[in-house]
Amino acid sequence: MSVLFAFLHALALLLAVVTLAAFLTWVERRVLGFWQDRLGPNRVGWQGILQVAADMIKIFFKQDWIPGFADKPTFIAAPIIVLASVLLAFAVIPFGNGVDIVGALNVGLLFFLGMTSLSVYGVVLAGWSSRSKFSLLGGMRAAAQMISYEVFMGIAVIGVVMQAGSFNLEKIVAAQTHIWFIVPQFFGFLAFFIAGIAEAHRLPFDLPEGENELGAGFHTEYSSMKFGMFFVGEYAGIVLLSALSVALYFGGGHGPIFPPIIWFALKSSFFVIFLILLRAALPRPRYDQLMSYGWKLMFPLAIGNLAVTGGVMIALGQ
Amino acid sequence: MYVLTSLRSAWLTFKHLFHRTETVQYPEQMPYLAPRTRGRIVLTRDPDGHERCVSCYLCSAVCPCDCISLQRTSAPNQWQPEFFRINFSRCIFCGLCEEACPTSAIQLIPDFEMSEYNRQNLVYEKENLLIAGTGKVPEYNYYRVAGIDAFGKHKGEGPAERPPVDPRGLMP
Repeated sequence: MSVLFAFLHALALLLAVVTLAAFLTWVERRVLGFWQDRLGPNRVGWQGILQVAADMIKIFFKQDWIPGFADKPTFIAAPIIVLASVLLAFAVIPFGNGVDIVGALNVGLLFFLGMTSLSVYGVVLAGWSSRSKFSLLGGMRAAAQMISYEVFMGIAVIGVVMQAGSFNLEKIVAAQTHIWFIVPQFFGFLAFFIAGIAEAHRLPFDLPEGENELGAGFHTEYSSMKFGMFFVGEYAGIVLLSALSVALYFGGGHGPIFPPIIWFALKSSFFVIFLILLRAALPRPRYDQLMSYGWKLMFPLAIGNLAVTGGVMIALGQ
Repeated sequence: MYVLTSLRSAWLTFKHLFHRTETVQYPEQMPYLAPRTRGRIVLTRDPDGHERCVSCYLCSAVCPCDCISLQRTSAPNQWQPEFFRINFSRCIFCGLCEEACPTSAIQLIPDFEMSEYNRQNLVYEKENLLIAGTGKVPEYNYYRVAGIDAFGKHKGEGPAERPPVDPRGLMP
């Protein structure tokens, strides 16, 4: 019985995340429209709210075509890896109020880092198995970008782990009862957030896709729901990054009056909107700029943050 | 440094949330089209109600996409086209035909809503193109100012015309 309940619980969260990600595609286009002095999709349903349904119908009825030159098994596996790794990472997010599945997993943060590493495989394999030049270039860029940004993402979150004394995300949230980690770990947060954008390959770090130079990058050859899986995976990645930023640095569900889940949702949606705002505001850097930005600026910043955190903790005798 | 400038441009972009949107919601909200908008092509008539077109073929010659096809009538001393056909599925609405026309017969008007389900319906014949009025050039009548002998007007009788010079006369 409890197994069945756990299964249903996981399924409900899964559905909620996928629905939210699909809904985000509409939110993004609408909000982006307003920021660019346009209206965005506003025809289907009230204020265009059913645009998601229309897009779903369209994308399911498109021809699901696999190019003859592609490596078929890998080609099919790649979008599944991307979506599955992002969705699995949601298991450890401490939403509070019993919504989370294993928020108290003792290696929760490591699990998240592992899942983001796995999603690199999905992107790289998609570019590799398509056997087309644009896809391969996109996959190569994805490999270099995501792996090098992952390095200092891990280092940045270690600061939080040191202060909270645990990889358990629920304990990390509980450790922020008095002060959110954004205050002592501000530079850690900067490094984590920027690395997170690069991990979700969102603009301005969308070089693996880079549609004006690479067609559509690693998913150039994908169509129909396989493309849809990349798409939903990307938006689920945004939600994941926002939720994790909230859990690690902004006190998770802590807040007055409302229950934790409401606060978590509010804070997360702030970051989701902020990510969309970054897309509207910032241009894409050149590839070498991206690399030097990561290795020469953010990486030393994350290491410095780690060293200072450690030094202060020793000085305070914690 | 990068972070601060990025945040600044993010803030500037965010403020656009409160700006007026530029979108014109087209079918409900019709955009204003200037009178000189180059849209659907029409054939006009002169103020007396005759067809202006004199079948000079200049429009069809200048057309960059060869969408105008016409044939002068075989009747002697008649210059109306026997057929005049514009294939609007090829027309690019460049307006060169209007500029080439010596009699202001062919004109582009501000109407662009000419979608069809059947491509054949985009081929307009002369009866589809001809309108009753004079279009954008109300007063102009080619035969009145061309200095030729036509429609009951003899040489030198038109406005701003002098009587023809007698080449065999002795006086200048």
